[in-house]
Amino acid sequence: MAVIQVEGLRKTYGDLVAVDGISFQVQEGEVFGMVGPNGAGKTTTIECIEGLRQPDGGVITLLGMDPQKDGYQLHQRIGAQLQEAGLPDRLKVGEAMRLFASFYRHSVEWRSLLEQFGLAEKEKAYFGGLSGGQKQRLFIALALINNPEMVFLDELTTGLDPQARRAMWDLVRNIRGQGKTVFLTTHYMEEAEQLCDRVVVIDRGKIVALDTPAALIRSLGAEKRVAFTLSGSLDLQPFRRVPGVAKVERIGERVVIYGQGEKLLSGVVTILEQANVPFRDLHTEQPTLEDVFLALTGREMRD
Amino acid sequence: MKAFWNLMIAEVKLYLREPVAAFFTIAYAPMMLILFGMIYGNKPEAIFGGLGTMDISVPSYIGLIIVTVGLISVPIDTATNRDKGILRRFRATPLHPEIYLAADVTGNYLMTLIGVLLLVVIGKLAYHIHFSGNWLSVFLGFTLSALAFYALGYLLAALAPTARIAQTVGMVLAFPMMFISGATIPIEVLPHGVRQAANFIPLTHVVTLMRGLWFGDPWSAHLIEVTILVGTLVVSSLLAAHLFRWE
Repeated sequence: MAVIQVEGLRKTYGDLVAVDGISFQVQEGEVFGMVGPNGAGKTTTIECIEGLRQPDGGVITLLGMDPQKDGYQLHQRIGAQLQEAGLPDRLKVGEAMRLFASFYRHSVEWRSLLEQFGLAEKEKAYFGGLSGGQKQRLFIALALINNPEMVFLDELTTGLDPQARRAMWDLVRNIRGQGKTVFLTTHYMEEAEQLCDRVVVIDRGKIVALDTPAALIRSLGAEKRVAFTLSGSLDLQPFRRVPGVAKVERIGERVVIYGQGEKLLSGVVTILEQANVPFRDLHTEQPTLEDVFLALTGREMRD
Repeated sequence: MKAFWNLMIAEVKLYLREPVAAFFTIAYAPMMLILFGMIYGNKPEAIFGGLGTMDISVPSYIGLIIVTVGLISVPIDTATNRDKGILRRFRATPLHPEIYLAADVTGNYLMTLIGVLLLVVIGKLAYHIHFSGNWLSVFLGFTLSALAFYALGYLLAALAPTARIAQTVGMVLAFPMMFISGATIPIEVLPHGVRQAANFIPLTHVVTLMRGLWFGDPWSAHLIEVTILVGTLVVSSLLAAHLFRWE
């Protein structure tokens, strides 16, 4: 069942067309990701669905309702972490939870939420004294305080260090595990690959692709790479005879072998062992969503 | 109702945790009273119609507290809540804007009231100030004056693009008002020209109304002040509601 239906959504700011007639559906229980570079129209789209912005054209249905008309009723049933939001610096974590709980008809026990998000010891701490990761965890906890059916996460991990980002991913998997539908936006392709059941790739306000991350990568038909570093000399000719190899490159000490198929890595390793030369730093590189974006738009994600 | 109480309690707590705001609302007027009391005492003065400096200072300083909350606290808090995305976050919940506004006004009103009560109690205990009015009238006059100035404060927050600008404009408006409206220095000792100019300042009418009601004037003696304050309240509220941006 589709919990979100977007038909021909359009939003302009003056001359700038932020979202240019996009359509998609989000199914109940899935983690749906919208990926694209900064300024692609992700936040505008998510905020139109949340009812925080008014679209210039198109039809949005969220949980069977119109976000513009039924905003208050919908906000009882959804939870949102916004890209730009704040709380008063001198408000304590526990006070913020209690305050937000009072806005809803039904709320979950907020102390256990704080515990779940590793903020139990911060209950009496001021919001202004929290780290970036702690603030972000608090905002997700606030988004879950009404036990929502549908959770919106906008640029959840922007500004977090890699460790905090990975911890955040576990929290999102946990939300999905509770049967909630998740709509998230991100400009980290790896994040989308890790978390999403389906991904819509958006660029300059338009949809360029929509599928599961694996299907998107497969559709690219991209090659795997096996790379290693070599100090001595070695005849590279035998590598070209490994099944599936398309190209062999040597740049200084670094050797990269391009190709496809399951036997690629084992073939390369066998040759290296037979030649008995010292090598280091052997690894494979899989094509990623990053490559998908590059192939679809001809541009890198990071502008 | 639950949301209203929680928001209002949070508002009051935040107020008290901000030492500068709490000082100017609660402690500044009583401090001025004690300072001027040490200089002038409360002996009867012909210029004040036989009342003492302290007698007329207490109702006048009510205006000082009102202008501090209305033109400094309200615009800074409101614009800061907007700049920091606090109002945006509230909009993503089922909280109705009217409940936010009601809680915000009530929280500010409580803080103003605490400041005024402290001022009156110190005036009574330290200087045995005279009071010959009706408490209910004084309370209603105070409430009208406070609401009119909060409305001005919300309008200022609606017009100012950032909290810094709201703060600067609020202070630039509030401080001269404090000194030429009679809220700090009795209007009787100000030069004639200043007194003429002061007629165009809403705070002057607050001070006139509060002093009048304090010493037993009937409401009919202050129709001009009431009209100006009701007008300020209505016009500022309508403009603020129309111009206010949530982000």
